[in-house]
Amino acid sequence: MTMSDTPIVPSFDADESSGRKLAIICSKGNLDMAYPGLILANAALGEGVETHLFFTFWGFDIINKATMGDLKFSFVGNTAMHMPGHSMGIHHMLGALPGATAGATKFLKKQIADLDVPDVPEFLELLSGSGAHMWACRLSADMNHLTEDDLYEGVEAIISASDFIELTDGAQLLFI
Amino acid sequence: MTTTTIAGHEVEVNEEGFLTNPAQWSEDLAPELARLIGIETLTEDHWKLIRFLREDHAAMGETATLRRASTQTGMPVKTLFTLFPVKPAKKMAYVSGLPKPKGCV
Repeated sequence: MTMSDTPIVPSFDADESSGRKLAIICSKGNLDMAYPGLILANAALGEGVETHLFFTFWGFDIINKATMGDLKFSFVGNTAMHMPGHSMGIHHMLGALPGATAGATKFLKKQIADLDVPDVPEFLELLSGSGAHMWACRLSADMNHLTEDDLYEGVEAIISASDFIELTDGAQLLFI
Repeated sequence: MTTTTIAGHEVEVNEEGFLTNPAQWSEDLAPELARLIGIETLTEDHWKLIRFLREDHAAMGETATLRRASTQTGMPVKTLFTLFPVKPAKKMAYVSGLPKPKGCV
């Protein structure tokens, strides 16, 4: 035990002055692959890090108003082949049966909700309110025949890959 | 473990400066803790969050995350970033004499 006359104060603003920047590329549209990017973006924003998300290919489903509330979790092609917290594996053949994906999705959504983690649309609201910069990929928009009107309101613009590279100059990068 | 004096109270703090014993906190400590991290005035909205955090910690045994503070108080996340800039969750916890939140979301 030591005595300190001047209070020790946490250095909360140290990162802000360092100009730390994070770029997250979300390229997958499965429910279980949407969350890692959203959670890490939320953590970075909470630490005062300037955060940019780029939604591309299947990751477009995360910000497409028609699909964002309805992402799926499937055992098929998932090498982990079990529900979080349950070690019992599910055979790929069973995972391919009709209703298996719907059941697994429902179960995972409940597990997420039980931990008080928001669903995808609400999560986007949380990120938007925290100051996240969200960008949609130009090629993905063209491939899906979608415009900004089809996307979550918090998305700032549909931009090209080179625009994204340019505006995340000096950022740390995550590809998910 | 270090003991320091804040607003005339002797309190125990960890290496980062967070109070280690929530029971050593009282409301007259909050304005001084806030001032130390650059928040000059605690408004009624600041107090609403501080009181929620204190009550929630007493009930749940852990510090509320930013989202929990927002959904439970009904104050938008954006407002929380305005009241406690840059690192709202950690700053709220610090001013409230609580540990940093452990939850991810």
